[in-house]
Amino acid sequence: MLKRLFTAIVVLAGFSLTVSAQDWIRTGTNRGAPIRLAVPDFRPFNSDPQTPALNTVFNQTLWNDLDNSGIFDMVAKSFYPLQAPGSPTEVNLDAWGNPPPNASMLAFGNLSVASNRVVVQGWLFDTKNSAFPQVLGKQYNEDATADNARLIAHRFADEIIFRLGGGIPGVAESKIYFVSSRSGHKEIWAMDYDGAGQKQLTQLNSVALSPRVSPDNSRIAFSALGQDSWQIKMYSLDLGRPIAFPHFSGDNFSPAWSSDGSKLAWSSSSSSGDPDIFITGADGSGTRRLTSIKGPDVSPVFNPKTNSQIAWVSGHNGLPQIYLMDADGSNVQQITSEGYAVSPAWSPNGLLLAFAWTRHYGPGIPGGQDIYIMDVASRQFIQLTHDAGKNDFPSWSPDGRHIVFQSTRGGSEQIWTMLSDGTHQQQLTRDGRNSQPNWSFR
Amino acid sequence: MNQSKRYLTSLLVVSFFLVLVTGCAKKQPPPPPPPPPAPKPVTATLTANPASIERGQSSTLTWSTENADQVTLDGKAVDASGSQSVSPTQTTTYHLVATGKSGSQPADAQVVVNAPPPPPPPPPPPPPPNDDAIFAQNVQDIYFDYDKFDLRADSQQALTRAAQAISQHPNWKVRIEGNCDERGSTEYNLSLGENRANAAKQALLQAGVTESQLQTISYGKEKPVCTEANDDCWQKNRHDHFVLIH
Repeated sequence: MLKRLFTAIVVLAGFSLTVSAQDWIRTGTNRGAPIRLAVPDFRPFNSDPQTPALNTVFNQTLWNDLDNSGIFDMVAKSFYPLQAPGSPTEVNLDAWGNPPPNASMLAFGNLSVASNRVVVQGWLFDTKNSAFPQVLGKQYNEDATADNARLIAHRFADEIIFRLGGGIPGVAESKIYFVSSRSGHKEIWAMDYDGAGQKQLTQLNSVALSPRVSPDNSRIAFSALGQDSWQIKMYSLDLGRPIAFPHFSGDNFSPAWSSDGSKLAWSSSSSSGDPDIFITGADGSGTRRLTSIKGPDVSPVFNPKTNSQIAWVSGHNGLPQIYLMDADGSNVQQITSEGYAVSPAWSPNGLLLAFAWTRHYGPGIPGGQDIYIMDVASRQFIQLTHDAGKNDFPSWSPDGRHIVFQSTRGGSEQIWTMLSDGTHQQQLTRDGRNSQPNWSFR
Repeated sequence: MNQSKRYLTSLLVVSFFLVLVTGCAKKQPPPPPPPPPAPKPVTATLTANPASIERGQSSTLTWSTENADQVTLDGKAVDASGSQSVSPTQTTTYHLVATGKSGSQPADAQVVVNAPPPPPPPPPPPPPPNDDAIFAQNVQDIYFDYDKFDLRADSQQALTRAAQAISQHPNWKVRIEGNCDERGSTEYNLSLGENRANAAKQALLQAGVTESQLQTISYGKEKPVCTEANDDCWQKNRHDHFVLIH
């Protein structure tokens, strides 16, 4: 029951949570059953030799994006009429809207390659509205590459998700940044949200950790081991190379952006040798210390809705727990009080915290490290992963419907995603060891 | 055997003199008076027991003589037979002389003195140890309990010793590297390792080390010395490692 309620909360488009008088969480709207969506393969509209391969990439990507979104009941292809429509004139609404497909919505279209350009036409039809069935009609035209076929599929999927998912933009064009050791050193890597297009960004040949992309997708802040200390480094996604950032004394870990991109919070041992939470401007100027607590203090994260509150991890009382404070360091509250709780991550609406928790911690005690989410106002929590290796570093998708995380369930650290109710868990990486995923803000 | 030979020799000598004295005086000597009976021969023996001693020990000289009027041992008159304890400090030959009517008879005995075995020569002074050796001997890794960064009693002792060595070498610069085992979370372990390095640094400062000689760094769980998933290995990885920077 608890889980179902949370599922509703998290997956719900509106994110308009309120705490009721019964000390329980109620959602503002009720989405009901997911929309039944049929997506027949797009028709190849010419005989260019590149068309079949690009069409295959396009169709797979579009299907996965819509299936991954968590808001559709995808109608199995075995129920489809034999003839897939390539354009509106070929659509028989009744054949799609009645059983066996019984689809509420139909996405269809065509793809062709000409003069080394790939052109896609796509439509979304409401099968129950015979008078004005068209919800969406789009055309895309890009250089004919497999990457562009994927990109067009992501864009069209995001349009559909935006229209049918309560006006929240889809995440098919978002990126995930992560740490991979597959080159022999821990470096910062990037990939599409679905695991496609994995590529190495840094070449430090040292140890690079904790990548955090800026809200405008222009830079990645991370922590790297230098000659005699760890420093916050910046990598420009626009320029494709590292850019300068001020040097701070001591060791510097776990940078995090405010959602307006104007500030960074991080953990620094500074000149005292004892790690504390600091904030600074995006250019590294105007540095302030927020905590003065003996013991480990690390992994600060700004509440992205307000930027006025920071969650972080402190071990000053023994095992690490998650705390909250105002962005000026005042009003400290402890929000977990047992086990080993680390790696907090705010949901985009600023109401929920995902984190990694070993609730009953100690040698020989059963139970693993799992991903949980907590409603910060009520302190109610639910567990999203179960009995599947050590799970850590959750990070929310921009729409709040997904969480990416690392898990050892397959034997080595790899990156996985799931819907934020814990369902639909799937593995994104397989080469080397991969960890600390960070989902872009948009 | 010797004695009987000497005995015969003395008889011959005596007879010869008798022939000289009596035979050359006259061609026609009266029949000589019967010769006086020959004096009995002098004998002397001297033994040392034991014949070989360590320095500081003693040996007993035992002698006996026959037919001697005077007996001397190394020039001092002694009884005709007897014994005496001696403690020579070096190998010595003792001379016994027995003098009687028929002459003198010497006897020697040697006491060999062995020097005690000399104490083994002191080993050659080792070459003055270099900084690396002094450092390695005195500044050793310290270990931490599970998820803790406070110093254990054994670590306090190790740091006291380390502090002396570091203070005695003001030219040293020492890097303290905090490390954690693999079980915790990456970022939290970096912070925990920082506290472990800092705990050692603060103890060294308190023991009088100059701050400019020390720097700290945390490696979290990024640089394990042991990669197996068991208690031994985890303990090895929960440590501060000290490096002498040249």
